[in-house]
Amino acid sequence: MALDGNEKREFKVIGQRVKRPDGIDKVTGKALFGADLTAPGMLTGRILRSPHAHARIVSIDTSAALAMPGVKAVVTSADLAEPEDDFFRDIKDNVLARDKALYDGHAVAAVAATSRSAARAAIRAIKVEYELLPHVTDVDEAMKADAPVVQANRADESVPAGSSPNVTSYFEFGHGDLEAGFAKADTILERSFKTAATHQGYIEPHACLASLGHDGRGELWCCTQGQYNVRTICSEICGIEATQLRVTASEIGGGFGGKTTCFIEPVALALARKSGKPVKIVMSREEVFRASGPTVSSSSDVKIGMTKDGRITAAQAKLRYQGGAFPCGTVEFGAQAAFAAYDLDAVQTLGWNVLTNRPKEAAYRAPGAPMAIYAVESVVDELCQELGLDPLDVRLKNAARKGTLASYGPTFNDIGLVATLEAAKAHPHYGAPLGENQGRGLSCGFWFNFGGNTCVSLNINHDGTVGVVEGNPDIGGSRASISMMAAEELGIGYDKVRTVITDTNSLGFNDVTDGSRVTFAVGLATIEAARAAIREMCKRAAQIWGIDAEAVVWEDGAAKPSGPNAGDHPPMTLAEIAAVMDNTGGPIAGHHEVNADGAGVSFGVHLVDTEVDTETGATKILRYTVFQDAGKAIHPDYVEGQMQGGAVQGIGWALNEEYIYGEDGRLQNAGFLDYRVPVASDLPEIETVILEIPNPGHPYGVRGVGETSIVPPLAALSNAVSRAANVRMHELPMSPPRLLKAMSER
Amino acid sequence: MVKVKLWGSLRDLAEGQDVVDVDASNFKQLLDQLELRYPALSPQIKRGVSLSLDGVIYREAWFTPISEDNEIVLMPYMVGG
Repeated sequence: MALDGNEKREFKVIGQRVKRPDGIDKVTGKALFGADLTAPGMLTGRILRSPHAHARIVSIDTSAALAMPGVKAVVTSADLAEPEDDFFRDIKDNVLARDKALYDGHAVAAVAATSRSAARAAIRAIKVEYELLPHVTDVDEAMKADAPVVQANRADESVPAGSSPNVTSYFEFGHGDLEAGFAKADTILERSFKTAATHQGYIEPHACLASLGHDGRGELWCCTQGQYNVRTICSEICGIEATQLRVTASEIGGGFGGKTTCFIEPVALALARKSGKPVKIVMSREEVFRASGPTVSSSSDVKIGMTKDGRITAAQAKLRYQGGAFPCGTVEFGAQAAFAAYDLDAVQTLGWNVLTNRPKEAAYRAPGAPMAIYAVESVVDELCQELGLDPLDVRLKNAARKGTLASYGPTFNDIGLVATLEAAKAHPHYGAPLGENQGRGLSCGFWFNFGGNTCVSLNINHDGTVGVVEGNPDIGGSRASISMMAAEELGIGYDKVRTVITDTNSLGFNDVTDGSRVTFAVGLATIEAARAAIREMCKRAAQIWGIDAEAVVWEDGAAKPSGPNAGDHPPMTLAEIAAVMDNTGGPIAGHHEVNADGAGVSFGVHLVDTEVDTETGATKILRYTVFQDAGKAIHPDYVEGQMQGGAVQGIGWALNEEYIYGEDGRLQNAGFLDYRVPVASDLPEIETVILEIPNPGHPYGVRGVGETSIVPPLAALSNAVSRAANVRMHELPMSPPRLLKAMSER
Repeated sequence: MVKVKLWGSLRDLAEGQDVVDVDASNFKQLLDQLELRYPALSPQIKRGVSLSLDGVIYREAWFTPISEDNEIVLMPYMVGG
């Protein structure tokens, strides 16, 4: 039977709020996270980190450490391989510094010992001679001609001549005549903004257990968003053939993009190789802050022209992102996303990626977009205030829609922005009254999404149950969603399907769990794998009935004869076909491998009401509603969770979270006591409104939902606080001291 | 010939052009031709690019068919978190 269409259908399983398969394990403590695995003879690994923001490593003397009781191995950068590719060499130089310590917390050496106390003592016994160098941690300072040079000769061919050596790449997007556009405006506003670096704030610190025998075969267990990516990186950095290194992903206590690279795994493997013993490394929270990958901090200028009736005539943004001590590729996504929500005749965005003496940035949900859209949406809101216009009507008047030439180049297909804005306008929240010192903020958000490399194997069991094997760690409920899509396609109950995430030697390559790709791409592959199994089951039923396979259809979980010559046979259920599969040709399975495209872009709108305490500068969130196009919500609980989680992380980013560096270039708040993430008591219920504008690129219409929700909160909060406090804020976080100062100066 | 729209900062690497004509019937031919005609684009193409075809973004997919009726836009290689 033909099963290759993306036909619309009535769903039976999709859209239900079924029980999560990992729930009991997680609430009972049975789930195994990165630090939970042990091995016989296991050693404890510990990493020595630079106390300096920028210093040349003159020498490292490990002799005293090696002579200590219980110490089995010490490694430095010299114990790692020499990757040719810049991408891998930068990761290598980040996990163990080569000739310079580039930031406070940069790993310099590591030990493996029989106990934690022995490892700690050995770390203290390593003698490192440093030659201190001038440092820079601020992006604007780093762009000055006389700034300390973090790494020389890292600029690519895009960087204009005469730029600071710390500028590594430059981007420009846009179309139209800016000058003519601004000339048509009744009002032009030009504002500058800054956002602080923030951390993803995942609960589980990085952890791994590595084993690498003298036969060259390795085993690695770690918490990661992508075990295949870990394998690729570690293979390059440790000089191991990919097939000889089996990587298994543990349960993961949050990632949000921060676990899409390696910080400790190559070090643990190097220690395991040198000691001949399994080595476990678990980062402390302080290490996570100092030496994993926070987001970029940014500095930006935005100029927008608007007519009296709210039409944007021209728009320009200049974005400067620092991504730490290694080249990053983040500003280009901010520059592309900045004006994506708008239909503009004249638009330009310019972006610079810049080196500083800070940890190498890592992705954080929609990397680069939140800070760019924060600046743009803040200026749009201020224009609305100045011109006395309704901010939602202005967004609708200028909204991108099908046929709009996007600010980043292509022409939009079907997109859900207008529907999302209209849903916000019709919602009771938008018209609800506000009190004294209260303000309402609004922002649009956008993210691209993508599909990527994906493999799925789907196995029919003798008892009529089904096992799905996939290769992407479940960071947002994907095991439930994948099981639901398999059940939907096969026509069986959700409880008859179990999805597991396998290791790198048990399934073909899978890209990282990022880019909001898993429900889209793994779902797509699962549906195709199920269809392959259905074709085989129809063939088996046809054999049993003695008719052609083409005369069999699959309906409601059973093969049925169809057509004038098919004969009269009772349907055979999946369980009935599975029970006799040994006799009809052997095991039945479906599999699908794809590099999926067609993920479809996503838009969201956030509405927030805040109240400002004029005496303390504290901001209280009164009400928050998220509107987002999910294409098709497979499991609405998880979609709502993504929307709520993005909003909450954005609230933290907007109000309190920031990496604070001292004059000495050292991080001053490397812990959750001084780095303030929102907790439940800070928050109201985050209301959610899911819109479903189907993505034609997926059989069920799915769009990624994992990233868009962190894009609008920064501006929505800033607009709400600015209106509540009656002073326009241009810097994040709007922490109480900063807001109090702004109010005192108004 | 297909028209390929470049992002602005590639203009100087493509003899000042925002849009270039390329004789190609799939993405691989397009990228090969871009590198051949504009060698200064080669480092960026080797680092990675995405291509938008009529508004749908592709990260790889060398053999995706294209024609002069399509809107084709070169974009930075798509990433995510």
